[in-house]
Amino acid sequence: MDQRRITIGVNGTSFSETVSTRTTLADFLRHQLRLTGTHLGCEHGVCGACTVLLDGRSARSCLMLAVQADGHQITTVEGLESKDGVLHPLQQAFADHHGLQCGFCTPGMLTTLVELLRDNPDPSEAEVRMAISGNLCRCTGYQSIVTATLDAAKRMRTEHPA
Amino acid sequence: MTTKTFGKRTRRLEDPDLLRGKARFVDDIHVDGMLHAAFVRSPHAHAKIVSLDTANALAMPGVHAVLTGEDLRAHALSDRLAVALPDRVYKQQRNRPILVDDETVYVGEAIAMVIADDPYVAEDAVSRVDIEFEVLPAISDCRQALSPGALNVHSDASDNLIAEFTSGYGDVNSAFAGAAHVFGESYWQHRGCAHAMECRGCLAAVDPLDHTLTLWSSTQTPLMGARLLAEMLGREEASVRVLAPDVGGGFGPKLVFYPEEAAVAIAAIVLNKPVKWIEDRREHFVSTTQERDQYWEAEIAVDDGGKILGVRGSLLHDHGAYTARGLTVPQGAVSALTLAYVVPAYRMDVKVVLTNKVPVTPVRGAGQPQGIFVMERLLDLAARTLKIDRADIRRRNLVPADAMPFKKGFVTRGGIPIVLDSGDYPACQADAVEKAGWADFPARQQAARAEGQYIGIGMANYVEGTGRGPFEQVSVKLASSGLIHVATGAAAMGQGTKTMLAQIVAEQLGGVMERVVVTTGDSAKIAMGFGGFNSRQTVMAGSSAHLAALKVRQKILQVASHLLEADAADLDIDGENVFVVGAAGMKISLRQVAKAMIGSAGFTLPGNLAPGIEATENVVIDAMTYANGCAVVEVAVDLATAAVTVTRVVFVHDGGKIINPSIVDGQIIGAIAHGIGNALYEWMGYGDDGQPLTTNLADYLLMTSTEMPPISLSHRESPTPLNPLGVKGVGESGVMPIPAAVASAVEDALSPFGVRITQVPIRPNDLAALLDKAGVVV
Amino acid sequence: MKPPDFQYHAPETIEQVVKLLALLENNRLLAGGQSLMPMLNMRYAMPDHIIDLNRVAGLASISLTKSDLLIGAMTRQRDIEFSAEIESRCPIISEGIRHVGHRQTRNRGTIGGSLCHLDPSAELVTLCAVLDATVSVVGPGGKRDIAFADFPIGYMTSALQPEECLTGIRIPLWPQGHGYGFVEFARRHGDFAIVSAAALLELDSSSTIKRAAIALGGVGYAPLRVPKIETDIVGKKPSAELWADAAKACATIEALDDIHASSSYRRRLAVAMARRALQAAGERGLANLSRH
Repeated sequence: MDQRRITIGVNGTSFSETVSTRTTLADFLRHQLRLTGTHLGCEHGVCGACTVLLDGRSARSCLMLAVQADGHQITTVEGLESKDGVLHPLQQAFADHHGLQCGFCTPGMLTTLVELLRDNPDPSEAEVRMAISGNLCRCTGYQSIVTATLDAAKRMRTEHPA
Repeated sequence: MTTKTFGKRTRRLEDPDLLRGKARFVDDIHVDGMLHAAFVRSPHAHAKIVSLDTANALAMPGVHAVLTGEDLRAHALSDRLAVALPDRVYKQQRNRPILVDDETVYVGEAIAMVIADDPYVAEDAVSRVDIEFEVLPAISDCRQALSPGALNVHSDASDNLIAEFTSGYGDVNSAFAGAAHVFGESYWQHRGCAHAMECRGCLAAVDPLDHTLTLWSSTQTPLMGARLLAEMLGREEASVRVLAPDVGGGFGPKLVFYPEEAAVAIAAIVLNKPVKWIEDRREHFVSTTQERDQYWEAEIAVDDGGKILGVRGSLLHDHGAYTARGLTVPQGAVSALTLAYVVPAYRMDVKVVLTNKVPVTPVRGAGQPQGIFVMERLLDLAARTLKIDRADIRRRNLVPADAMPFKKGFVTRGGIPIVLDSGDYPACQADAVEKAGWADFPARQQAARAEGQYIGIGMANYVEGTGRGPFEQVSVKLASSGLIHVATGAAAMGQGTKTMLAQIVAEQLGGVMERVVVTTGDSAKIAMGFGGFNSRQTVMAGSSAHLAALKVRQKILQVASHLLEADAADLDIDGENVFVVGAAGMKISLRQVAKAMIGSAGFTLPGNLAPGIEATENVVIDAMTYANGCAVVEVAVDLATAAVTVTRVVFVHDGGKIINPSIVDGQIIGAIAHGIGNALYEWMGYGDDGQPLTTNLADYLLMTSTEMPPISLSHRESPTPLNPLGVKGVGESGVMPIPAAVASAVEDALSPFGVRITQVPIRPNDLAALLDKAGVVV
Repeated sequence: MKPPDFQYHAPETIEQVVKLLALLENNRLLAGGQSLMPMLNMRYAMPDHIIDLNRVAGLASISLTKSDLLIGAMTRQRDIEFSAEIESRCPIISEGIRHVGHRQTRNRGTIGGSLCHLDPSAELVTLCAVLDATVSVVGPGGKRDIAFADFPIGYMTSALQPEECLTGIRIPLWPQGHGYGFVEFARRHGDFAIVSAAALLELDSSSTIKRAAIALGGVGYAPLRVPKIETDIVGKKPSAELWADAAKACATIEALDDIHASSSYRRRLAVAMARRALQAAGERGLANLSRH
């Protein structure tokens, strides 16, 4: 078994861990760090449930080896709320607009949308749909997710006008 | 009295944990010392297992055991999973083995089980299990299953016919003999899958102290699973606990109890260590049940005005390789067909056949979308030929509102008469058609054609049976903390069961949902029940919760009246207190009320009332309650690519009283997405040799956000008299009419070319062939 | 669906990469991972060694010379998508890359990875074909260049020798203001193209077509240039009739047959996509002419 020692920042905390080199980033986060918010829906890069932010950029954690994240910063769904537990505006908007049902795809949706709103604070509906086109949801039909996102974008623009 | 929570668009209790990544799906559960299972699955659709050698796998470091059917047999009273819904219509029993060891009959069937330190090693060892197969011919197409000399799906069977029955009523032969017009067609609905975002999985552990076997499972029916497992293992029910943690979607297939669940449970007993198994998506394609696969020959007899005189035909239903559940899907399909309309005579002959494919059990809709597809296609066929507007022909035949309750001539699979309880179908259709601008569409279509664009509009009505009985137990208790505890075997899988029950209970007990703590789907917390399927839990569990809450309310007010020395009629509950209406200061906390009924040694209870404040109810409702709706769909067809785009959906839904509008909207829109998937994208393909052709999510196409059309959804509320809340099921409504409405719209778009749509999904590859045949030149 | 066991190597220079390629039996190069990782997770690929290119210096870059666009093999698709230089001098790439997968996959996926994987539907492969790109490669024998027409030699098989590694792509530039169009037919947004078409046009000051290039993706193991169209339309002026007529040449091409599309359906798509790509290229070319 090939192992490496890696140092990885996750949600602002630094971790030094020994990992098997074939362990995926998703499995490392879920089972070694016990951050189970990131989910595995397909393990072949289609469903998007495993999406995390790698140095701020959305990436499918099932398609990365944990060793590749050595020296990098990861943000997972657990890192979206504030230190004192206040929900991120996107999370709050999802709660307000019924943007989730079973919640399995939700962490991947949230990290993907955090990136969208950072790059594009005033997206159109079409741009929101495009942004989450790589995230599968079998429950909602996406409409409430789009509504929630547009509302969150508005709130975030009001709180932090560019 | 104004409502506090019932009917309100509240936030969901489930959401904070789910949003923060703090939920616990089965793979999130960690038990120290747990081992991981992986299954060796058949690569052949049909083969004899000649030999099986586990030595190489067992020798790998980190592998604790490799178990086969023979190993498990010693620990179970039966090595097969008894069908959950026995039916005397069955001609042969084909129950699934836990681990097959003689003859495998579908690609994906579980043969052996590796248990190792982690899932990576377990998967390594799976490839080291050496199996010698004698490959046998396989039946992939159900139409071949009954042809003379057909090979058998199971070698020891005499044929592939697993059941045969006729559904109907009235004198169909006379109806057809005397009819002015008879139209007929053949229809095919292709196999599709449910694909919840969370695959299946379970974790079994035996408690070292009391030897209870606990199984956490991503299941829709924990209590049924507990009973089945207890019986299989020869244990008392109390020593088996099955509970569903957070479940990432069910949509039907998770209502079945699976071989893997039994195998993992037995492995935990044999190894005396917790064992976890998490299905991956590729396994999901070849081992989680699927549905839709049906071939229909159907005819409709009408008079000159398009009034229906009768419908008849035959259904050939592909059941897969085993009976994993009953005949719900074909029975539901033939029942649903005539529901929305007055059909004086009806007969459908059904043959249910085995094939060497994954077994078939309900997927959202459970056969009803297929029956609806056939009826709506027949109506379009009649309309087009007789030159009657498609909305008009339906209007002439819909069951009128003043005919409710309307007794259909036949019964459900359980022998319960089918009686449409409430609903105004013509008004619902009129509403949809008006909102969709149906009357203006021909002008729009003409204008589009002048520009070389082909747009079409289609419609379909549906009536679906919801609220499958007989009951769903709910207990409501005022705990000593003052919080209200609700427990039920109803299972949550994303549809907001906890919120739904909290809304119903909070309505009676103080109006604050966060004070209602709901436990769902745990066989240790509730004695009896079934779980989630057939859009039943709001009806069945909701009714029991309502009744139990009313009883608890009554008791609370009785106790409080003694403690406050006031008349119970002058009391109400708000938040955490019981108070005297009009006298704000006179109140007592629910906590105090609860504590008062616990009793004190040697002292009488207040008012000599019975101890405790709780109620457990099993509201029994055998008759199903029928929801209805109408969908109008617009499409655009690109002639060059033969691609269909759904450009708009208007959906008017009637599911009785609405408890939470957000949840109802979400359920319908989600199901509409699935319906569009069935209409255009979802094709679970098998080769002639029974090899699955689509085994990943790049080949099997689920709807994404960019394919969703704008949806205009509105609701009518025709309360049902069948339950105290007036509610009907809503989880499957959205999928019911969509494939039919889309087919209708595509045909309308292509009407200049006379293309008929008789199959779904309508893939561009296939539509292009139809266009070529019709001589369409681009 | 967990990856099989392998030894992992993370070289930091291209020289180390070359050494490892020569030394290690049964190895795979890991670039963006968007193609290789699914194959590892499904165990379609069972390498004994993974050589990770993500820490190798100097393989990711975008630069322009007077005549060429140069892109390093490890350049992320995302950086290509947002490159102002590419948008200005080689806009067909900017248009095509928006069809490649999704945001999450473009953040990690690389141009080199896509080219070496050679999925018949891959947009970047079709783009390199229409642009007559040249790929640079390094191996034990040193550096060499391969014309893109010679790069795909079989189904998902490139002309790379087992011990070679792609380092960069050189794309000769078309004149400023050239017409371009990339269109594809996919079932859903972001899916691999079932059939795609990439067209480039150079118009002279009288709007006559001076030069044309058109490639079809998804029809065969390699992108298909259509020389008949390219020669037929030279000397003519853009028009809807011209495109309709020219695209007919695609009706008789050889095309793949699979569960998603039959050969005849692919041919039908090829005609439609070629026509639309040419239409877009013509419109843009004319619009740019009127600007100058």
